[in-house]
Formats: sequence, C-alpha cells, structure tokens
Amino acid sequence: MEDGASVIKADKLSAGYADKTVWRDAEFTIGSGEFVAVLGPNGSGKTTLFRILLGLSKPVSGDIKILGQLPARGNKHIGYVPQRHSVDSETGIEVIEFVRLGLVGTRLGTGMAGYGLKEAAEVLHSVGAEALAHKPLGVLSGGELQRVFLAEALIGEPEILLLDEPLANLDIRRETEFVRLINNVVRSRKITALLIAHNINPLLPVLDRIIYVANGRVATGAPREVLTSESLTSLYDTPVEVLKDSRGRVAIIGIDESEHHHGRYGHHEHHGHTHHHEHEHE
Amino acid sequence: MAITSTMVIRTITSTNMNSLAFSWNIINDLHLMLQYSFMRNAFEAGTIVAVVAGVVGYFIVIRKSAFAAHALSHIGFAGAAGAVLAGLTPIVGLLAFTMGGGIAMSTLGRRAVNRDVQIGIVLAFMLGLGVLFISLYTGYATEAYSILFGEILGISSRDVLVTLIAAFVLLGAIAVIYRPLLFSSLSEDIAEARGISIFWFGIIFMLLVAIATSVAVQVVGVLLIFALMVTPAAIAQRISRRPAHGILISVLVALFATWIGLFTSFYLPYPVSFFITTITFAGYSAVRLIESISLKNKARLMSEDI
Repeated sequence: MEDGASVIKADKLSAGYADKTVWRDAEFTIGSGEFVAVLGPNGSGKTTLFRILLGLSKPVSGDIKILGQLPARGNKHIGYVPQRHSVDSETGIEVIEFVRLGLVGTRLGTGMAGYGLKEAAEVLHSVGAEALAHKPLGVLSGGELQRVFLAEALIGEPEILLLDEPLANLDIRRETEFVRLINNVVRSRKITALLIAHNINPLLPVLDRIIYVANGRVATGAPREVLTSESLTSLYDTPVEVLKDSRGRVAIIGIDESEHHHGRYGHHEHHGHTHHHEHEHE
Repeated sequence: MAITSTMVIRTITSTNMNSLAFSWNIINDLHLMLQYSFMRNAFEAGTIVAVVAGVVGYFIVIRKSAFAAHALSHIGFAGAAGAVLAGLTPIVGLLAFTMGGGIAMSTLGRRAVNRDVQIGIVLAFMLGLGVLFISLYTGYATEAYSILFGEILGISSRDVLVTLIAAFVLLGAIAVIYRPLLFSSLSEDIAEARGISIFWFGIIFMLLVAIATSVAVQVVGVLLIFALMVTPAAIAQRISRRPAHGILISVLVALFATWIGLFTSFYLPYPVSFFITTITFAGYSAVRLIESISLKNKARLMSEDI
C-alpha cells in the first residue's frame, strides 16, 4: 500500500446494540503508516471500536473498510495487544514459546517441530526483548510483558497494530520508553497503529492523528485540530478548555471523566457504558 | 463393577497378599503380581488413565480450570449413581453427566475468568441429584464407595477396553486442536482477536475434561481425581519451560504415581488411591521446597554480592 493511502475508512459508522448506541455517525479515514491515539472517557466505546475492527462486534449501521475489505474475524493483517494480561504467575512457559503461537497458534495439529521459533526470536530482537526469550512468562514485570505482547502481535507482520491501553500500569520512565518503541515499530515497519490511551501527553510528540470518542460521538483529526477548546466543546456539548504549557503538554479542563451524562447523547452514553463494561468482563 | 465381583476380588486380594510377600527382586514381584487378571487390568487401566489425566491435566492447569475439573468429577458422581440405579455400568452415567455438565458450565459462563459461580451452581444441583440416586438405590454402600474413592482392583477387561477407546478419542482430538487450544488457554483475548472461537474451544475443552474425568474416576474416584489430573500437571507447569515438555512431565508423574501406588497396594492392605494421592502430593511438596530453597540461595548470593 502506498504511503498515505487509506487503511481504515469509516462512513457514518455507529456502534452499540440494536436499541442502544454507544457512539454514532463516525467519519474517519486513517492513512497508511499513521500513528493514531484513540482517546475518550472510560466506557465511551474505544474498545468497541477495536472489536469492530477485529470483526468481533458488528456495527449497528454505517460502513467500515479495512484495507478495502469488510472487517472479518481472524484478519491476518491486524496485530492486537489486549488490555488485560491474564498471565498466570505460576506458569513456567517461556516467552519464545508464547510468541511463536502468534504465528502458528491458529493452525491445527501439534507442530512439535519448533516451527516459528526463528521468527519468534527475530521479532523479540526487534522489540529489544531478546534477553527475555527463555524466561518464564510468570516472572516478567508489567513493562516486560508489554514488550512480549507487542512481539506476539508483530510476529505475523501485520499492516495494522491495535493496542488497548498499553501505557496503563507503566511508570513514567517505562511509558516514555514504550511510546518510543512503538513509534520505532510504526515508522520502521510502516505499520498503521491505533493506540487506546488515557493520557495524551506522552504520545503527543509522535502522533499523526487523534480519534476522540466521547458523548456518543467520534471526532478525528490531527492533534492540534482535535485538542482545541472549540473542538472538544462541540464534541462534549459542554464548555471544555484545553490548556497548553510551554513544552506543549496539554490539560483538558471541564470534563469530569467519571461523570459524563450531560449533553445530547447523555442517555445513550450511559447505556453504552453499562454494556461496554459487561462486554469486557463477560 | 457389580458388588459381588468387587467383594470376591477383595477376598482374593487379601488372601493372596498374605501368601505373596514383597521381595527386592522387583521384576519377579511384578511377574507374580501380573499373574492375576485383576492386577493386569488394574495396571492397564491405570496406565491409560495416567496418560490421559497427565495430558488433559496440563491444559486444566494452564487454563486455571481446576475448579471446573473438580466440579465435573462430582457431577460424574451423580451420573455414576444414576447409572447404577438404572442398572447400567457407571461409565455410561459418568460420560453422560460430565459431558452434559461441561456443556452447561461453558455455556453459562462464556469466559473462563468468571465461570466459578456458574460452575458452583451446576455442581450443587448435580450433587443433590447424586444424593437422591444413592438414597433410591438400596445396596448403595459399596458402589458409592467405589465411585467416590475409586476401585481400580475391580476393573474388568471390558472396562479396560472402554477406557482405551475413550483415551484414543481424547488424545486424537487433542492432537488435532493442540495449538489453538494452547493459544486460547494462554491468552483468550489474543486468541479471540486472531479468530479462534473462545466459546467453542471452551465447550470442546470441557468435553475433553469430561471424558478424562469419567475414565479417571475408575482409578482414583471422584473425590481424589485431583491427585491424577491436577497435581502432576501443577508439578509439570512449575518445572517445564515448553508446553510439550510440560505435558510429558505431567504424564510421567501421573504414570509413576499410579504404578508405584498399584505395586505398593498389592503388598499392603490400604487403598490404591491413598498411595497415588500421597505420591503426587509428596512430589508437589518437594518441588515447592526445592524452589523456595533455590530462591533463598539466590537471594543470599545477591545480598553477598552487594
């Protein structure tokens, strides 16, 4: 795919359930090689967007195309790093055995011959985790696990990378390191990456685009377009102020993240939240 | 496993145990032991069950589904009691109830993480049924005892054949779905994103556990099934780095415990199940002990470095 050509294209896309919409009428186009942050309050439907892209949820209405195709389960062009790392601390299974499942885990048969080990070693090296290859999964720290999951997502050489809150539970130093790592991956492999985040600031230096999901609606654009008082006021339908400090970091004032029931789609948002929650823990 | 045959076998064992003393010539001991068809059947069934329990147990442990395995074996108790009441062989009831229960559990709780409550609910209901069946069946004591604690010395050659067929089906199925099963066991979220149906693999897994449980009950009984299904796998999970090695170790531990248990029980008037559970428990304790000692040593070395 040429640089700048559209990789993901949403047209009047609405997500949720038959009678309850989480968000509606999303219009966005994501170009090849873009690094995109998906922002918004808890329960606004960010994970729902990922589930639609992965073919795990159907949109309520509207169109979405990924590399010109409709979303489908098991899309080989998408690598996915989940939010929950439900790794058993008792497990002795080593990292490389886990990473190679990203390549061969969907195939039938036992595949005892060590298939995929070479690729797993290479991809671990490319994310700077070669030293972890033979460590048991159970002993890794949060930051180490994050790298391992990233390697697992990259092993099939996907064109799109979806990361669900990879920066949660990382301290500031690890956060900066991991953002730099993802940025390197995106640029060197020419991958399109969508990353769900709560705090925009560590990402601002590297982002191409923001998708802001809030109040039952989706706003998109370059960071300087979306992160303005006018744009967020219109999205939330309530006065919002975006402040910038001397180093370009932003603070968004006027949104109480725990409470967002105002506005035109407040009712929908409420239901959206409830459902989203159930979904994650179902 | 009719009552009469079990009792006859008990008598035979106790008389023969007195005439055959343990010598340190193990080969000769085994040779003498295997002259008896009930011991041959016991070794055959025990070997098959140990392999099955070792393999399935590994997946139970990495899926953190030990409670589901525990519940299925108790559901099997109701099934076995029902089958005895209806005049059928217990394995039929075991298979029917554990498979039904397994499907019910995985349908009620889609994700493994919060299946415990649903499992508990199905388990409680099934145990209630089991109690009812037992109370309806007049001559229950021996049958109930053998279902609860296993009666490997009472296994017929027909039971061995049924066990062998079930084992082939089970191991064949696992060989086919090995990689996606492993993948979904290690990370449901990623496997689902890669197109593996968590729902169907949940059901398939529960069916595998159901079959494994049904055959293992004959050896260790409903109450002691953890000794063969979970303890060897828990040992293997701690000391192996690769899933294939883990499965192998799990099988070897289960085999070792079963063989030594059978061998010992030939000379001592105590239940086989007791020896098997004791051996696996001792193995697990030893692994934990060695781990904690080596951790302490590491910590000591590190503090000396500083």
